[in-house]
Amino acid sequence: MLSIEGVSIAYEGTPAVRDVDLTVADGEVLAVLGPSGCGKSTLLRAVAGLEPALGRIAWDGRDLARTPTHRRGFALMFQDGQLFDHLTVARNVGYALRVRRLRGRRVAERVEELLDLVGLAGYGERLPGTLSGGERQRVALARSLAAQPRLLLLDEPLSALDAGLRERLAGDLRDILRRAGTTTLLVTHDHEEAFTVADRMAVMREGRVVQQGALAEVWREPVDAWTALFLGYARVLTGPAASALLAAADVTATGERVAVRRSALVADDGGPLRARVRSVRATPVQTRLVVDLEGPDSAPLGEADAVADLGRRVGPGDEVRLRVDPGRLAPLPG
Amino acid sequence: MTPRSPTSPGAGLRRVAGLVALAALPTAVLVVFFVVPVAGMVSRGFVVDGPGGPSVDVGGVLEVLGRDRTRRVLWFTVWSAAAGTAVSVLLGLPAAYALHRLEFPGRRLLRAAVIVPFVLPTVVVGVAFRELLGESGPVVRWLGVELDGTATAIVLGLAFFNVSVVVRVVGAAWESLDPRPGEAAAVLGASPVRVLATVTWPQLRPAVVSAATVVFLFCATAFGVVLTLGGLRYSSVETEIYLLTTDLLDLQGAAALSLLQLVAVVALMLLVGRLRPAGDGRVSRVVARPRRPRRGDAAALVLTGLAVLLLAAPVAALVVGSLQGPDGWSLVHYRALTSTGEDAWTGSSAADALVTSLRTSIDATWMSLLLGGLVAVLLSRRSRTRGERRVRRLLDGLFMLPLGVSAVTLGFGFLITLDSDLLDLRDSPLLVPIAQALVALPLVVRTLLPVLAGIDDRQRQAAASLGAGAWRTFLTVDVPVAWRPLLACAGFAFAVSLGEFGATSFLARPDDPTLPVVIYRLLSRPGDETFGTALAASVVLAAVTAAVMLLVERLRVRNLGAW
Repeated sequence: MLSIEGVSIAYEGTPAVRDVDLTVADGEVLAVLGPSGCGKSTLLRAVAGLEPALGRIAWDGRDLARTPTHRRGFALMFQDGQLFDHLTVARNVGYALRVRRLRGRRVAERVEELLDLVGLAGYGERLPGTLSGGERQRVALARSLAAQPRLLLLDEPLSALDAGLRERLAGDLRDILRRAGTTTLLVTHDHEEAFTVADRMAVMREGRVVQQGALAEVWREPVDAWTALFLGYARVLTGPAASALLAAADVTATGERVAVRRSALVADDGGPLRARVRSVRATPVQTRLVVDLEGPDSAPLGEADAVADLGRRVGPGDEVRLRVDPGRLAPLPG
Repeated sequence: MTPRSPTSPGAGLRRVAGLVALAALPTAVLVVFFVVPVAGMVSRGFVVDGPGGPSVDVGGVLEVLGRDRTRRVLWFTVWSAAAGTAVSVLLGLPAAYALHRLEFPGRRLLRAAVIVPFVLPTVVVGVAFRELLGESGPVVRWLGVELDGTATAIVLGLAFFNVSVVVRVVGAAWESLDPRPGEAAAVLGASPVRVLATVTWPQLRPAVVSAATVVFLFCATAFGVVLTLGGLRYSSVETEIYLLTTDLLDLQGAAALSLLQLVAVVALMLLVGRLRPAGDGRVSRVVARPRRPRRGDAAALVLTGLAVLLLAAPVAALVVGSLQGPDGWSLVHYRALTSTGEDAWTGSSAADALVTSLRTSIDATWMSLLLGGLVAVLLSRRSRTRGERRVRRLLDGLFMLPLGVSAVTLGFGFLITLDSDLLDLRDSPLLVPIAQALVALPLVVRTLLPVLAGIDDRQRQAAASLGAGAWRTFLTVDVPVAWRPLLACAGFAFAVSLGEFGATSFLARPDDPTLPVVIYRLLSRPGDETFGTALAASVVLAAVTAAVMLLVERLRVRNLGAW
């Protein structure tokens, strides 16, 4: 088990990570999610032993302060893979095994097994320069897994790839990590990636962990407006609009603010809320609306997002009724 | 904040300890064999032994600097260096263009050959120019122009060495210019001349200015060429230091000039450091494909031809001269190489001296590689704190110093400081190699540093995170990239120490001189036969040096000889 206790890291006096506490249980995948510059990569590098840190970083209770990077038994995979370009794919993947003085058949078998795992069987003799971006990341993953690290550190493993490939690889990554049962600490700025790959997540902002917990829990109860928006909620409504929404959703929550996903309000003739359509945009699955909410006495409550089925004909200026999907909003504390 | 058990100090202390351990050996060597001798030499100018013990005498220094002769020497040094720089740049720029951007038969061979003059022993070049310009030389016979012993000869000699510096520095920059901005300008309607003026030149200017500054530095501190070509009529600061020390025994005068030179050179090097084009740090980059010459390239090709003529003529004259016996073609001078004859004043036969030279150079090579390699590794590591960065910058400057300090000052400094009871090395066979290694050191560092610094540090971190220790990481990441440059450095350092004359002339033991020293001794004796032997010995030395450099060139290392 990895435990990070009160860790702070500064670059020439400027704090990058402040007083962070985290744990990663054996076999668990923890995603640290945050915008670029929030200190998440610095934290990861400190765990790898590449960055001096204040506080305590320990594995199974044993402080790692005096353990250099190469003796920690962790593996770090970089955003751009950092394959050794002069070595073949097989030698890259087998690198950590050779470092551990394994030779011959055992290395070859393990390399083959790993290339199979990442879906690159038969690529062993290729040079990294001949691979596509996605293939390179797969090789980097296989190389990191080769020596069965007690902890795998992934630094934005999919960010360098284009959108379609990223989505597919995120699923693959999840399956591979599950199958290998590897304890993993992943940092990313992409909440989709975090949701696809991780079991638990911690949200970081300006060097601090602002929230952590199981995926569903963080998702359901974001700690503040900033976190909600970063997690993919479309808007945060406040005041009368928030109260109206919560009442319509039948949620008993005390709060002045509520985070709303784009699809939380659905056009439905029997719905309790009234609104006037401001603009309409069609997408392949549904029609997206921007509406002005109206209170019971036609008082304006402000702007909100809504969706409608593709079959429903709506245009700007139309009046619509909306129902609320309680699973797609999150009351915010305070 | 509450105090916590820190994770870092262990790692931080280890980092500092590692830095100190790496820096210890090179710094110690530099201090003992460079800083102390040079400081000792310079302090001779200020400290006078009086009746009341040693006292500081600034007036003496000022008196030396006020002498008429000193002023003449200074003036000659400045203008001959400026003229040498001008000729080098004028011939070097077109040659850089033709050899790096145009495709024509023989281009590769020419490119390889152009680097040779820079490392040719200065004494050899002096001999070659005297043969070319002398009374019976082709220039007098065919052109009727008397240049021997003139300032023009010295300027041409300086240009002979330094054209290659311009070609390499500017050529490398020109070659790696991204061709697309120029193409974009052409598409927008710019003529080739306009493209050159508005796109190419601004991109190239830092490299040209940097090359010119370095060439000026080399010209102003040139020793062997001025000594062999200038005779008694012309003297630069460097040769004046030599004359004052060895012939006139005016140590105070020599020290004053050394100090002056040191100050000027450090100022100039700071300027070079400012002007040095910041490398983009990448190991691979876009290299424009050379194209066939067009009509517009005629002027560049003609000037390149002139440059090649300047480089080839002295060498040709040297080879032809060495094969001329009393009665036409003969190998008599080469046969004389193996004998000391009845004249024991050369110290040893040329053949024995060659063996001494080779042995010395091998020692100098491993020393400069060891020290230069350590320094380059040290300087290429990323600094984590401002203090660390400052230490690195200081060391960087410190290890560049031998590039600019007069080899004569260094050699003489050795003599006067290394005779203490504590450390008497004057008779040590390692003294000459150490001095030569120091002369080659900046070159090794400058070649290796960009290579190592160009490696993405995360490659090393990737290796470490996979379980590789420091040594294994070095083998996996650094060595595959650096072995070629390292080998090239070895050749370069070997060639440089083979021809080193300034410091060696002070330090070589009388009975066991290196080949350049023997050649100089042969030259200083009148007589056709001894001059013929000097010619033959020069050809042998030049051939060995050129062979080493051509091998090095085959390694195709970009930064070699680029400052």
